[in-house]
Order: sequence, then structure tokens, then C-alpha cells
Amino acid sequence: MENRAIFSGRLLACLLVFPQLAISLIFFYWPAAQALWQSFLVQDAFGLSTEFVWFENYVTLLKTPEYYHAIGTTFFFSLLVVFFSLAIGLLLAVMANRNIAGVQIYRTFLIIPYAVAPAVASVLFIFMFQPGLGMIARALQRNGIDWNPVLNGNHAMILIVIVAVWNQISYNFLFFLAGLQSIPKSVIEAAAIDGARPARRFWTIVFPLLSPTTFFLIVVNITYAFFNTLGIIDTATEGGPNGSTSTLVYKVFLDGKAGSDLGGSAAQSVILMIIVIGLTAIQFRYVEKKVHY
Amino acid sequence: MANVTLRNVRKAYPNGFEAIKGVDVDVADGQFCVLVGPSGCGKSTLLRMVAGLETISSGEIDIGGRVVNQVEPADRDIAMVFQNYALYPHMSVYNNMAYGLRNRGMPKPEIETRVQEAARILELGTMLDRKPGQLSGGQRQRVAMGRAIVRQPKVFLFDEPLSNLDAKLRIAMRVEIRKLQRRLNTTSIYVTHDQLEAMTLADILVVMNGGKVEQVGNPLAIYEKPATTFVASFIGAPPMNLMSTRADEIKSQLGSADAGILGIRPEDFVITDQTPAGGVALALTVEAIERVGAETFVYGTRAQDEQRIAANPGELPPGEVIVRIPGSEAPPIGQKIRVAAVRQKLHLFSDDGRTRIEA
Repeated sequence: MENRAIFSGRLLACLLVFPQLAISLIFFYWPAAQALWQSFLVQDAFGLSTEFVWFENYVTLLKTPEYYHAIGTTFFFSLLVVFFSLAIGLLLAVMANRNIAGVQIYRTFLIIPYAVAPAVASVLFIFMFQPGLGMIARALQRNGIDWNPVLNGNHAMILIVIVAVWNQISYNFLFFLAGLQSIPKSVIEAAAIDGARPARRFWTIVFPLLSPTTFFLIVVNITYAFFNTLGIIDTATEGGPNGSTSTLVYKVFLDGKAGSDLGGSAAQSVILMIIVIGLTAIQFRYVEKKVHY
Repeated sequence: MANVTLRNVRKAYPNGFEAIKGVDVDVADGQFCVLVGPSGCGKSTLLRMVAGLETISSGEIDIGGRVVNQVEPADRDIAMVFQNYALYPHMSVYNNMAYGLRNRGMPKPEIETRVQEAARILELGTMLDRKPGQLSGGQRQRVAMGRAIVRQPKVFLFDEPLSNLDAKLRIAMRVEIRKLQRRLNTTSIYVTHDQLEAMTLADILVVMNGGKVEQVGNPLAIYEKPATTFVASFIGAPPMNLMSTRADEIKSQLGSADAGILGIRPEDFVITDQTPAGGVALALTVEAIERVGAETFVYGTRAQDEQRIAANPGELPPGEVIVRIPGSEAPPIGQKIRVAAVRQKLHLFSDDGRTRIEA
């Protein structure tokens, strides 16, 4: 079947495509080009003179040990966030996909956290994990754990991972639930008759059939962990203590905004962009082949 | 090998809807039982209850002498062929068939033997490495069959397995299923809404309507002696002509019968000016002709206005009569004809159509 829309005039087609193109141009290509240009420039502290320096910003950047530390932090952080937000989202989706009383209510409540802005979520968790005040922090301390994300880098990392995961679970839950509901019921029933117990049914039938959803969510979640967690980190830890939670995107923000090193910040954002584009390309190239549609 | 017995089986949903209102069926070992009925009559629900995919509200389902009400589908030793085939789309044909055997921990060489044997029977040998997405409808259907037979279960359950196939393939597969079932001699329960499929496949036919069994028996016996007007109009195509015996034209010929409804099959009419003794003759105006080659269907309307009787699915509109005549010779449209049926071919039912009255 011909599945293409045919427009009589070029004008209508252009008009329909325009909004999407405009958004991409204004909010992605334009800033990306700006960043690229910016990364070749050095400005003095008062913004009075600007000099074109070719790759000097990049060279400086790659000589900074903190930068490599931030790359490591970012990958570690992203790995944890992607794994836990997907795993928990999937677990909840499987639970909420069963025929139980009040399932609609559970589903609604499981989606709500997505409506909470990352920075707000962050503030909530700061309260709960505040040493001396927060209920969870006190509970931990009572159990002999010297919980202090302000001083302990590992604790700070755990805190931002929890916030970032909590904020993303709903999104993953929603997609996994939709994915689960698109699996024909009769296939599951056939597997049940074929003698597969629930756990085996899940790993041999449901999980493989969910792979398109999982793949899509991995791509989206990596992007989320790399970029959209800026607000969480800024509110919760401000990259500290001692840079232990300073991810690449947070360093871009910190060096550019607070450090006023626009050129260096731009160079970092270009590298970050290349990393994410590279990761996504690898996923499409290798992982997608194993996905069953 | 097992018999399947349903004893007063009921299914009620929490909202109070009663899908199955007490069904008793006894399928002997090796028999092919067909559940037939219009959509929504509960036949699929009943099959799913036998499979263990639906709970049983009351009554008993017995497979091979064991009550299986509380037994998991996997442990009932049944295999089911689904309407949409329900193949595992990410597995090859081989793995689709081997899956159930692996789950039961069968040793690899035996799985190999069984799958190869099933593939040979179903002519799937060259397709074992393909995924279901690369197969045609008929091939997928055969894989679904293969998945059922490799397990060598006590009972095969079929849920409208042919309804997604085109007409030609459906007939071919129908014959295949029957041959296969004969060969394996496995007790089978088959659900369909197609009365032709039901007639041709069944050793024992169960006609269902509104969650109840209307009639159980040998398909030809049911055809010859339908117990209710529902069965009379559901089994047979085109359906049996049903008319009120209160109309003057019929009343005068039948005499004072207890019956309220008279049924005559289209093929039992002959076009004639004579009225056979004890039989019934009708005056018709020819409205339409359908020629299908070996036979011709004449659609006529009765002269008198027909008193309306309980409408069942597949039933003719009041006053319309179908006559089947052999060959392709037919009276022209608009002509007035007389058709008659002999006494032995008349079916008489009570006024509500629920009881057959033997003449």
C-alpha cells in the first residue's frame, strides 16, 4: 500500500514541515554551531576582547586531569542511572500489567513522578537525605551508617543517582507498560500451555519481545543521564564534594557560567555532543541488529 | 489419549454476566468434538476453560479421569492452536516447536527427533530456520499445529484455527487437520462459527447458543433432526425455512397440529403442482435466483403475509422461502411457482422453538 502523503503544492508541504525544522534549527543546530564557533575563541575576563585561537581550548582541556575524572564520573553515573531506572521501570510495569484490583490507580500514581521537575525532585531528596534533619539520613545514622553526602563523595553519588533514577522511572514505566500491552495475550498463553513458568516466560518470551522498547529507552535514558541531570546535580551536590559528582554536563555549566570560561565550556560541550552522538551511533549500529521488531 | 468430560460447567464474571450457563459434554477418547455457535455464544470461553486459561465458576472439567479445575494449563497435558497462531515471533520455526519440549526438560536428541518428525508430517522441513514473520498464513498455521503435535498431548484444543486463512486454504487445512487427527488418534476439541467446518470435522457436534448447549450429537443426526429452531437455522447453508403453522395456507394442509413452527430444508422442496399426501405445498413468487453451478437457489416470497416468529441468527426474513434445485435450470424472476415437501421432510417445533415435535 502507498503510505505516502501526496501534496499538490510545494507550499503546503513546506509549511507543514516548517515548525519541526524551525525547532531543530533554533534549538539544536544554531546553538550547536554557536558552541562550535565559541570553542575556537578565547575571551578576556571582562569580555572586552575576543581572540580566535583554533584548538587551544581543546588542548588546554585535554591536559586537565579533572576533565578525565569528569568523563569517568559521567560514565559511572550514567551506567547506574540507566540500569536502575530501566530495571525498576520494567519491574513496576510488569507488576502493573497484571489483572489486579485498582490497577488503574497504581498506574496513575506510578506515572506522577515524571511530572515533578528534576530540580524539585532533587530538593525533596535533599531534605530526606539531609544529615541531621532528613528522615532517611537519620534512619541510616541510627543503623550505624555515617551518612553524609556533603562530605562523602560516594554518598553524594548515591544521592544523585537515586534522584535521577526516581525522576526517570515513570517515563520508562510508561513505555514498558505500553510495550507489555502490545504483546499478544495469546502468545503468553501459548507459552503457559507450553509449560513455561512465569519467570521463564518472562525471560524467554516477554523480554525478547520488549527489545524494541528497551532499545529505544536505553538511547533516551543515556541522553537523559548525560544531559538532563544538570538540574539534579546542581541542586543536590553542586558537583561536590571535591568534584566527585561533577559530570561532563555539569562541568560545562560550571566552567561556562560560574567560571566565565566560555571558550573552554564550549569546547567541553562540543566533546560531550560528540560522545553522545558516538554512543547513539554505536547503539544503532550494533545493538539494533539484535532487536526483534 | 484421554476422554474429556464437562459436568455442569459454569462461568460467571464478577460483573454478574454468565458466559457459560451449565454445560455437560462428554468427549470419548480419540473423538473429534466440535463446538459451534454464533459469536458470543461462549464456545471459545468454554474451550479456554478446558485449557485452563479461564477459571471455572462451578462444575467440573475432567481430562483422562482427573478433575483439572485447579490444575495449571501446563500440567493439563493439552496443546492448543490459537486463532492468531500465537507463534513466538522472535524464535525460528524449530525453536517454536521445541520450546514446549525444552520447558519440560526433554533431552536434546529426543527434541530433535520429535521436531523433525512433526516437520516431516507437516511439510515444514525446509522452513525450520525461518522466523514466523517470513512464513505465509498457511505455513504459520502448520507451525502452530506442529507446536501442538510435538508435545504428544492427551488433548488438542483448536480455537477457530482456520478463520484467518483464505477460503481455498481453509478447505485444504480442514482436510489436513482431520487426517492428522485420525492418524494421531488424539482427542480433540475444536471451536468454530463455521457450520460447514463443524459438519465436516466433527465426530461429535455441540451446538451452542447463549452460553448453553442446544444440541449434542452426530453432525448428520443433528442435521436431520434438529432439536430446536436455533439448531435448525444454524446448521445447514442456506438455512432451514421456518414458518408459522398458524398461517391459513399451512394450517389447512397440516391439520390441527400442536406445533407452532414448521421447518423445511431448501433441498427438500420440489417444484411441482401436486401436493404429496400429508406434505406441505406453498405458492411462491420468485424474487431472486442464485446459480452456483451444480445447484440453484430460488428465493421466493409467500403469497400470504407471514406471522413473525422468533428471529434467530441466520434465519430468513418472514415470508421468504429458499428452494434448492439441482442443475442450473430455474424459473424466471417474477414467476409464480408451487413448491412441495413430503411429510417425512417436515420439521415441527413448539411455538417458542425450543422443542422438537415428532410428527
